[in-house]
Amino acid sequence: MSDVAAPAPVSLAAPSAWRRATRSGGLALGLVLVVVLILVAALAKWVAPYDPDAQDVMMVLEGPASAHWFGTDAFGRDVLSRVIWGARISLFVGFVATLAGVVFGTVVGVISGYYGGKIDKAITAATDVLLSFPQLIMGLMLVAVLGPSLRNLILAIAITAIPAFIRVARGSTLAMKERDFVDACRALGYGDLRIMFLHILPNIMDEVVVMASLWLATAIRTESTLAFIGLGVPPPTATWGGIVREGFDNLLDGWWLSVFPSLAILLVMIALNLIGDGLRDATDPRAPQ
Amino acid sequence: MLRFVAKRLALAVPTLWAVLTLVFVLVRIVPGDPTIVILGDQASPAARAALRERLGLDQPLWSQYWDFMVQILHGDLGRSLVTNRPIITDVGAVLPFTIELTVAALVIGVVIGVPLGVMAARRRDGFADWFARIFSLAGLSFPAFVSGILLLICFAVQLRWFPVISTANASDPMERLRALVLPAFNLGLIMVAYVTRVTRSGMLKALGEDYIRTARAKGLPQRIVVWRHALRNVLIPIVTVIGLYLGVLIGNAVVTEIVFNRPGLGKLIVTALNQRDYALLQGLMVVSAFAIVVANILTDLTYGLVDPRVKTA
Repeated sequence: MSDVAAPAPVSLAAPSAWRRATRSGGLALGLVLVVVLILVAALAKWVAPYDPDAQDVMMVLEGPASAHWFGTDAFGRDVLSRVIWGARISLFVGFVATLAGVVFGTVVGVISGYYGGKIDKAITAATDVLLSFPQLIMGLMLVAVLGPSLRNLILAIAITAIPAFIRVARGSTLAMKERDFVDACRALGYGDLRIMFLHILPNIMDEVVVMASLWLATAIRTESTLAFIGLGVPPPTATWGGIVREGFDNLLDGWWLSVFPSLAILLVMIALNLIGDGLRDATDPRAPQ
Repeated sequence: MLRFVAKRLALAVPTLWAVLTLVFVLVRIVPGDPTIVILGDQASPAARAALRERLGLDQPLWSQYWDFMVQILHGDLGRSLVTNRPIITDVGAVLPFTIELTVAALVIGVVIGVPLGVMAARRRDGFADWFARIFSLAGLSFPAFVSGILLLICFAVQLRWFPVISTANASDPMERLRALVLPAFNLGLIMVAYVTRVTRSGMLKALGEDYIRTARAKGLPQRIVVWRHALRNVLIPIVTVIGLYLGVLIGNAVVTEIVFNRPGLGKLIVTALNQRDYALLQGLMVVSAFAIVVANILTDLTYGLVDPRVKTA
């Protein structure tokens, strides 16, 4: 007995979607920027000109110069090296937290949408309550309660991401389960698990991926904001939000300390938003071009 | 209209109950003994027992839950662990500043975002459209603390147009207004981005509709066709997006207050975090939960105002 081939996602005819997505150039630009940033972060050990934690008491709060392109901080540490190493934390937290949110949220959303009934009602009600809380405040409270550490930061941001993915996956599953190919799967005697995760899931992934790309920006923004408030990975680890915070405390003595990591955060945000918008335009035929 | 309001308020009750339950659970998942977290591990067992009794932690969980709900229904948020002042007093003292900031940001979002979105849609792919797109991309990309710091460096530290240290407490209304401009713009930036986007896409769709062609065929001036006929039909998505992102606004208000050193809920949250004042933190969570529920109700009521069909539905 051969498998019933799942049809390609209806909302998205592959070639034209790709053309739509790349027409404005935003998606491609965003992808290039993100790949470059990931490479810089991964190769930090070789790319960074100095040890990010090495202090030089003779070079405290020096402005940008040829020896230190982004200047030095209040401990005489090289800001460029700290921004490069900080990229690791921001990107790592962003990717892992979003991935956790995607996996958990999508699985729960598909189950909720597929089975319906009481399970669905309970999950939807819980999702609505979680979504009614501002994401940033929720994340802040969770980290405050759990205590600031890399693990808790990822956990807190992942928890705030889950409801959004439950909602997207549930909505798409509701539409997908009425389709003929699901009936065909049932007629072939496939189990619920197999139908849900081998047949429905691949067909709703386009919407989940769009959501994930936009959520990645939110996750990184949340991480840097929490670090700025003082709830990030504890010092001396370099994080973008943490460096901005140190710069903020020395705002009158050294603008470079807060400006350069700020620009790094902004660059990632713009790149991820370009990707998210490009993907959304590609998967949503109604989106204005 | 009255029935619509009553129905909407009744719907808010279960949401509020659920959100309050969430707050209760959240504050109680503190890993380890909360009295050690608050007092430090050097505290004597007697001091810890006293604190436990004061916090009601010696009671069974259901009894704590019951007391928590009853307290809140009486408008009592408890007392701060550090200052022992009623939390409601502290919140009441700073809440007007946060509301002032949020409302100013909302106004900026609408006053700039709607015309920008309309102009972008009217001249598609023209200069206004490109400007609107880049502006809204920037607005969505800036974390509030990043844009806040850049605004501070540019307009307060370098150009000295606005105070670096907030004068929001000043008695002179002009000085208060001066202290509000930068934070309100910072917070408004993200609202401008959302409103511009939704206005642009809504207008693009509306301007292609038959009733617009009819209005034009009647010889109505372009100004009236665009601003009265087309825009009116885009109001619902605009109100929706404002309501939807009011939560984001409240979250960012907290960060903006920290950057601009303004009094408000944000600074109170940081104080609570630094002093490990869990009672204050819980009170602030309840307040933000209320704020969100109220914001949602206001959004729904505005639907009734901008679209008469909603009331009867």
